[in-house]
Amino acid sequence: MPIIETKDLTYTYGEGTPFCKTAVDHVNISIEQGELIGLIGHTGSGKSTLIQQFNGLLRPTSGTVLLNGKDIWEQPKKIRDVRFQVGMVFQYPEHQLFEETVLKDIAFGPGNMGLNHDEIMKRAHSAAEFVGLSEELLEKSPFELSGGEKRRAAIAGVIAMDPDVLILDEPTAGLDPRGRDVLLSQIISYHKVRHNTVILVSHSMEDIARTADRVLVMNSSKVELFDTTEEVFSHDSELEQIGLRVPQITKIMSILKSKGYPVHTVLTLEQALKQLMPLLSKGGRKNG
Amino acid sequence: MVRDITLGQYFPGKSLIHRLDPRVKIALTFVYIIFIFIASNFQSLFLMVALIFGILLLSGVPLMQYFKSLKAILFVVVFTSVLNLFYGGGHVVWSWGFVQITDGGISNAIFITIRIISLILFSSVLTFTTSPTELTDALERLMKPLKVLHVKVHEIAMMMTIALRFVPTLLEETDKIMSAQKARGADMESGGLMQRIHALIPILIPLFVSSFRRAYDLAMAMECRCYHGGEGRTKMRVLHATPRDAVAIVCTAVVCAAVVFCVVYFPAAIR
Repeated sequence: MPIIETKDLTYTYGEGTPFCKTAVDHVNISIEQGELIGLIGHTGSGKSTLIQQFNGLLRPTSGTVLLNGKDIWEQPKKIRDVRFQVGMVFQYPEHQLFEETVLKDIAFGPGNMGLNHDEIMKRAHSAAEFVGLSEELLEKSPFELSGGEKRRAAIAGVIAMDPDVLILDEPTAGLDPRGRDVLLSQIISYHKVRHNTVILVSHSMEDIARTADRVLVMNSSKVELFDTTEEVFSHDSELEQIGLRVPQITKIMSILKSKGYPVHTVLTLEQALKQLMPLLSKGGRKNG
Repeated sequence: MVRDITLGQYFPGKSLIHRLDPRVKIALTFVYIIFIFIASNFQSLFLMVALIFGILLLSGVPLMQYFKSLKAILFVVVFTSVLNLFYGGGHVVWSWGFVQITDGGISNAIFITIRIISLILFSSVLTFTTSPTELTDALERLMKPLKVLHVKVHEIAMMMTIALRFVPTLLEETDKIMSAQKARGADMESGGLMQRIHALIPILIPLFVSSFRRAYDLAMAMECRCYHGGEGRTKMRVLHATPRDAVAIVCTAVVCAAVVFCVVYFPAAIR
């Protein structure tokens, strides 16, 4: 059974007014437990609206979201339980920090779940460890941290709820290259250890190529493609048409392929190297 | 939701009312408000109501929007009219113990309700049809004489522009922060009064922090562009009065004269 499934999911902003706009239009997808899904799409393609329906922040105009086979809006009063199961990290999550200490802020989510004090502290500490926040930072005010540390503290605040599905909306936006790499590998290792489902929204095709099992492409409120990462990025011309691009190395290899070299779609430099080295040793002949 | 607040929102358009000189609009709104209080009987108030309806239709803003802005002050209207029910002379219509309602009271309540509603409608027309920039620009111009008294007219106008400019931004920000805290299980819909107040802390603190951040950024950006106050500053769009404005002034004068006539000729409604 898929962990998240949508059936004809549609969301219209400002329905019944002249400004109404359908942001998500009849989306049917299913996501399996333990997958790492990359979600890409042009600005305004409906990505954010889609993911906000997964944890019940937005109520679908029509259609349903099934979590473990159950409609999340079956009991609207219990929607908070859905939000604990589907954790959501917004863009620039550091803007949501408010507590006196970093530890207290991370503990806000688990505290709302009604857990006992020991369990809350255990979860907060382990979440902080996952994102690489050292113990001495936990007693500081969140407003004293650096930008990257704030970001991690905010992500830890969601991880601490131990959600079955973790949705991250552009977690690396505005970080320096090293900060991006570190945060991304922390997310991957978190995913590997907890075996939970992760949905990663990103504008960085390199990040998506490196991490995702499957990629969901949104274009003007509809699902354009939803397939394995290799398959999606082999559609490079289609992606470019809707204002997206494939990773640089994927592009180079696809150009080589179109020129007749015996190579196939790659996602990372390492994969490209594996294909190019034997080719070079043969002197770069096209039909070796 | 917070986004439903329409009081003081601008609806772009090209109607006759939109194109009036903002200075004239402000001045006339001021006059209308004074005349709503001068109108002391139903005959004169009817003239004001007819005027406001004419203006509403001319403004081209959906009537639904005006209705929404009235909804925001529904409580005030109901409260004052209920209170007025019990004051007033005339025949007793209904009584219960020492509480009694007279026909005078009923007429007072209706009168006050119409007054408050027209008051709100007149000011809504101004804010719905005048962009915040135009509004502050006109205010700055109208307040210029106060410079003699060392009132910092330009600075006041600039502060108003900035405040108005940031209303939608802050609303959006509030929405975002609320979503983020709800995603962490913040419960804002249930619990007693104290719990609800407590539930606002996770929203207010990030909101304050981001307002300060925005203020610093804006101050920096203004200084980078050499902003140094109103001294010697020119306007990109200079306000010009047109024949249109003269017509508006004349119409207003006619209605106001009629109101004064009614007030003198008919008895007052409030008893």
